[in-house]
Amino acid sequence: MITKRIIPCLDVRNGRVVKGVNFEGLNDVASPVDLAKYYSKNGADELVFYDITASYEERALFTDILRETARSVFIPLTVGGGINTTADFDRVLKCGADKVSVNSGAIRNPGLIEEAAKLYGDQCVVLSCDIKRVNGEFRVFSKGGREDTGMEAISWIKWCVDHGAGEVVVNSIDTDGVKQGFDLPMLDAVLKAVSVPVIASGGAGGIQDFITLFTELPTIDAGLAASIFHFGEVDIRDLKQVMKEKGINTRL
Amino acid sequence: MTAIVDYGVGNLFSLESSFKAVGEEVIVASDPEVIRKADRIVLPGVGAFRDAALKLKESGLDQVVTEEALKGKPLLGICLGMQLLFDRSFEYGEYEGLKLIPGNVRPIRDLTKDTLKIPHIGWNPLIFRNRTPLFRYIREGDCVYFVHSYYAADCTPYVTADTEYGAYLTASVQKDNIFGCQFHPEKSGDVGLNILRAFTEI
Repeated sequence: MITKRIIPCLDVRNGRVVKGVNFEGLNDVASPVDLAKYYSKNGADELVFYDITASYEERALFTDILRETARSVFIPLTVGGGINTTADFDRVLKCGADKVSVNSGAIRNPGLIEEAAKLYGDQCVVLSCDIKRVNGEFRVFSKGGREDTGMEAISWIKWCVDHGAGEVVVNSIDTDGVKQGFDLPMLDAVLKAVSVPVIASGGAGGIQDFITLFTELPTIDAGLAASIFHFGEVDIRDLKQVMKEKGINTRL
Repeated sequence: MTAIVDYGVGNLFSLESSFKAVGEEVIVASDPEVIRKADRIVLPGVGAFRDAALKLKESGLDQVVTEEALKGKPLLGICLGMQLLFDRSFEYGEYEGLKLIPGNVRPIRDLTKDTLKIPHIGWNPLIFRNRTPLFRYIREGDCVYFVHSYYAADCTPYVTADTEYGAYLTASVQKDNIFGCQFHPEKSGDVGLNILRAFTEI
């Protein structure tokens, strides 16, 4: 039976891996290529590279890093950040990305999802959604979680899946960086609404949080985290060993 | 030397890199003469069956692939490239394949429970069936990475491995010198590289 995926996320700026708490206070950690190789050797099922750059020069540096990674790392690679057009899809796919994640780009231009799905297939288009509770409803935020779009999140995700998003990353701003566990009620609401794979993001503080995620929500497909992996607080091999002991399907 | 057939479908950078990683000389080729001279051929593919079959035919490379395979040159179809080896596919209609291995390509949805998510995306263990030199360096139960919504059916005599996703799905096939993997060996870590290494030794 299919295994639950563990996915480290690497935020890349200026050719380095960074990770902020609640999206602020960025902190340089390591070389993306080295870190990707390390994770691939140590049990990561997939990697996400997130490009958080501003300038054209930095974007070129990012694609160089991507190409170098794809040359030596042979697990699926998802790339996000700054994806606004199908030309952006093309740019990162040519450098070895397998899937492309869209967030603000799809909010600005919802047609992007269908356009990309037609060109590259549903399996290539990942919707990444930053969600925060506002007045008792799940609200979509854009621009790295800084701006309230006013859109209700579950209906937005449903719409995107109906138009070709083949996978959804749900990032809870409410739990991100807090390390008290994944946002189970939010994830449950998304799982009930769509029939494509859903990846949980935001809130993992330790091994037990992944165990709780996969036990409480048996249909969730993957857990994604960044700093707890980068700072060595959770070793993916240890995590998977515990998953196996708890009867959760995992790739060892 | 291994030739990866470039007929304008998908990105071949990772596949090319994975052969280099196992020390194989590799060339991404759209020139029939280059493919003819290669020791072995890889037929990749992503997207919809109809589009890929059409592009392969329009490129004229379907002929050289078929001729070389029938002469006994090792051929490996990957993902949609494997599905193209069969008689036909029922993806959004009915479309002819290369007919190198008897069988049909059908929707997973016909076979598996409604509650399971389609596409079948992720790492799933191999269940060995018929023996194949492709698995010389790996073990039963090793996980490989799948991304697909259709599967190869009616091909039991040629199945070398299945995987379980609500039902048994064909993971790999072999008919003489013609091999196919539904999964992506170039995205399956060391297990995948070991499968490619075994192919380069055939």
